[in-house]
Parts: sequence; structure tokens; C-alpha cells
Amino acid sequence: MTTLSTPTLTVTLPSDREVMLMREFDAPRDLVFEAFSKPEHIAHWWGQKGSTMPICESDFRPGGAWRFVEHAADGNDYGFHGEYREIVRPERIVWTFEYEGLPGHISLDSLVFDEIDQGQRRRTRITSTTVFDSIEDRDGMVQSGMAQGASESYERLAAYLQTLA
Amino acid sequence: MPTDDELSVTFAALSDPTRRAILARLAQGEATVLELAEPFQLSLPAVSKHLKVLQRAGLISQGRRAQWRPCRLEPARLKDISDWVEDYRAIWEERFGRLDEYLRQLQQNEAQQES
Repeated sequence: MTTLSTPTLTVTLPSDREVMLMREFDAPRDLVFEAFSKPEHIAHWWGQKGSTMPICESDFRPGGAWRFVEHAADGNDYGFHGEYREIVRPERIVWTFEYEGLPGHISLDSLVFDEIDQGQRRRTRITSTTVFDSIEDRDGMVQSGMAQGASESYERLAAYLQTLA
Repeated sequence: MPTDDELSVTFAALSDPTRRAILARLAQGEATVLELAEPFQLSLPAVSKHLKVLQRAGLISQGRRAQWRPCRLEPARLKDISDWVEDYRAIWEERFGRLDEYLRQLQQNEAQQES
């Protein structure tokens, strides 16, 4: 597995079309799950700083549709939508995910919510596994220019490879 | 911009720890097949197999002379993957960061309401 970690977020590539993210939060699982399931909560954290969410709809049940539109500070609208496939409160959400800037490229995301206790503090780990329809979809996400990429210089790459070996 | 097949082949090539170790060694400079095989408890054919996978993925290039062929890291392909993973990581790191902040706020508000 290829792994790239930062202090808070772990990224692994279990196979050639999956990306797995792991992140921990200082909050009980019920609350974290709720933050993912209720539109009124989602609107507070989905979009980038300075953006609003003019559309934030979620029919939170298996088979239900969801749609988020982020109106960014640069004036552009970024839409995302999909369908919930599986919901197991408060442990798991499986949904399809499509970025409206690249219609037809759909990925399947599983979000698993695990409780981790640290003495008095209740914490939650989210493990998100994204399976892309095809590598074309990952390629598409890069082409969309949606993300500002950090380019690695040859030397940083070498250092990074050292940590993987 | 790499094609989907190329990215797929590259990811597959990277998914093996021995191959990643080989890449790490090559990042420090060219090496022959014999030099690369040294740190591993693997036969030369086994190492050559790994090198073939890496070469097909465009991650390394090999010179011509049998066991003395120098292998060289080709950084461009690795950079594409690295960029992609970095982009994806960056989006979600920010998003989870905002979720983190929001969850703290929610709990703070709850605590304040209770007091």
C-alpha cells in the first residue's frame, strides 16, 4: 500500500482504483455522524472558506438523493450529487458521488465511523474509502483543475519514497 | 497528462513495498540490477521481474547491458501520481479541518447551553 500521511490525515491507496482516508475527531460518534447526515450541519463545513452553499439537500435514507452546490468566493458554483446506497446509524454511510463539473464519472464512497475512547474523551475516527468507476475518473479529477496541486520536486519525491520503503 | 491505463499501471507498480524500496534507492542515483538486488533476499530473476513492472509503468528506464544495465528513476510519472494524491489529500484535509472546527463549535455551544 502506498501511504502518505500528514499529522491529521492518513491517505492510503489499497488498490489501483481506491483511495482511503482516515481522520480522527474530538467528538462523539453520534455527533460526527449527524454532521454528515443533516444538511443544516453539512452546509457549515463542506465548502471552502468564504463559500456559501445555496443548495444543500439530502434525503438521508437508502435510495435517497443528495445534492450540494457550493458557491465559492471566486464566484463559481461547484455542484456535487449522488445517491445513498447504505446507511447504518451511527456507523456507516455508503453513497455515490458525482462532481457536476465532470458528469458521468461516478465514484462509490464508504464512510465508516468508529468510536475511539481516550480516557475521558470520546473521539471518532472516520475511514473513507473511495472506489473510482475507472482510473479515468481519477484522471478526470486531476484534469478538472478543481484542486490546487502541490508539485513535488525531485528531491522531495526522493525523501517521500524513503519513508515508504 | 497520463491516460487512465497509465495511471492504473503506475498505481499497481507502486503497490508493492519491494518496488517502492527499489524506487527509493534509485532516487539516490543510478544503480545496476546487481546493486539493486543486494539489499533484498531475492533472486536476480525476482528483482528483474520487479524492474520490468516498474519499467512498464514508466517509472524507471534501463540501460542495455544485461546484468550490468544501469536502472534510472523516471520522475515524471511518479510526479503525476504524487500530484494527484496530493490534490485529493489537500481537498479532504481542508474539508475535514472545517468539520473538525465545526464539531468543536457544536460541542462548545452545547456545553454553554447546559451551564
